[in-house]
Amino acid sequence: MKAIEIQNLAVTYERQPVLENVNFTIPEGTLTGIIGPNGAGKSTLIKSILHLIPRLSGDIVVYGKPYKKQRNLIGYVPQRSEVDWDFPTNALDVVLMGRYGHIGWIRRPNKKEIQFAYECLEKVGMKEFANRQISQLSGGQQQRVFLARALAQDAQIYFMDEPFAGVDAATEKAIMKLLQEWREQGKTVLVVHHDLQTVKDYFDHCLLLNKTPVDYGPTESVFTLDNLERTYGGAISFLGNSPILTQGG
Amino acid sequence: MNELLSLLTNPNTQWVLAGSSLLGFASGLIGSFVLLKKQSLIGDAMAHATLPGVCLAFLLFGVKSIPLFLIGAATTGLIATYCIQAIVKHSRIKTDASIGVVLSVFFGLGIMLLTYITKHAKGNQSGLEDFIFGQAAAMVKSDIQVIAVGSLLIIILSSLFFKEFKISIFDPNYARGIGLPVSVFNLVLMALVVGVVVVGIQMVGVVLIAALLITPPLAARYWTDQLGRMGVIAGVFGAISGVTGTLISTAGEGLPTGPLIVLCASLIFVLSLLFGASKGIIVKAVRQT
Repeated sequence: MKAIEIQNLAVTYERQPVLENVNFTIPEGTLTGIIGPNGAGKSTLIKSILHLIPRLSGDIVVYGKPYKKQRNLIGYVPQRSEVDWDFPTNALDVVLMGRYGHIGWIRRPNKKEIQFAYECLEKVGMKEFANRQISQLSGGQQQRVFLARALAQDAQIYFMDEPFAGVDAATEKAIMKLLQEWREQGKTVLVVHHDLQTVKDYFDHCLLLNKTPVDYGPTESVFTLDNLERTYGGAISFLGNSPILTQGG
Repeated sequence: MNELLSLLTNPNTQWVLAGSSLLGFASGLIGSFVLLKKQSLIGDAMAHATLPGVCLAFLLFGVKSIPLFLIGAATTGLIATYCIQAIVKHSRIKTDASIGVVLSVFFGLGIMLLTYITKHAKGNQSGLEDFIFGQAAAMVKSDIQVIAVGSLLIIILSSLFFKEFKISIFDPNYARGIGLPVSVFNLVLMALVVGVVVVGIQMVGVVLIAALLITPPLAARYWTDQLGRMGVIAGVFGAISGVTGTLISTAGEGLPTGPLIVLCASLIFVLSLLFGASKGIIVKAVRQT
């Protein structure tokens, strides 16, 4: 079953191409890492798929229908640095925002929604922080709150922008556990990822990107030295079994 | 004391007080959103830019008509806001410099027109000078009705769409992701700010109305970590400032209302900075020991 089809996607910024010729199809129930050097357009790819930034061209098809008709099936975890953590709100409230799409306009969250938000916080080990002001959470805890919000969204396809950036080891493990749970439930997850060393352990599929997809497919066949060199421009070497960047990507 | 009592029992004063408390509440509430969106200074520029609109309305129609003044004020206020955003979008100039340029140009134009009006025509009777610092005592019942209706509308709209405003300010990309028209909410917020400024300039004046948008929310932030409570507390602070400033101004024979309201709001801010239950200096110091 095809979860997402991207057809002929292109994005420009101030007349410069940022993404071009993007065509790929993501099967349902896969965990895809989006890999590429800085400036390769990884975040832009996610944002253009989600219609957050304008596209020059391109169709995004979700389960056989246009994106806009399937919005409720999509969950999004932005980069942590994108929001103001001094905002006067607490962890529970942020998680409740995950229910806004279901609650609809004007109406307030009811007891059932609040109960569900508590359960989502519990699942990421954050229940006791429900009433904590968000600026008083550590980086890892903030990321868990975002994760709980994604859980609360109860989506079929998740897009995550660098969820592992600046989090502690325990949070990284907790995130991976949740992603694997989602995959077992038949959900599809796309993750912008930076750490080449963990790619093989974390993702069953890989999208290598540098302004245009270099390759997409199962990790074992796509995540090769040859492909990585084509993606990163030859700045790669293998240390034992895992690749490392030898020049800043 | 008797003087104050007779003032309070005067029906006209009661009207003015009701108007100033509603205006204060509305601006504190909407100001909370604006503050968190980091657009307080745009509100300030917009307020200053309403002056040429008021003057132009008077020059064009030759009558002192509050509805016409308000239309003029809203027009030039919106043009100024548009100019600020256009400059930032189409040049390398940053928002702060852009606000500075637009504010001074529009206010300069306003002062020039105002001086022309007071020197020519039957300017002395126009009462336009009151728009600079506000004059509650000069207001009549119909002026207050405009303030009351405008403020109530602003309060109702921002309470109805509270959840939507909150998420579009806190996490605009996420909000867009769930299909919320964030740019529409940004526009509505700007329109509500124009609304507060326009209905409030007669009472508070173009120079200081922005302080009523900024200071009460800033003070409220020291008392709570919840946006909902912050909005209500800011509203109450705004209302207290409005009422107190108006009372002193009405009792004190011709003292301008705007500065008194703003001084009162600033006093509340200083007290909050010191004693605020959430972030106040003293609470923080006690917690650390």
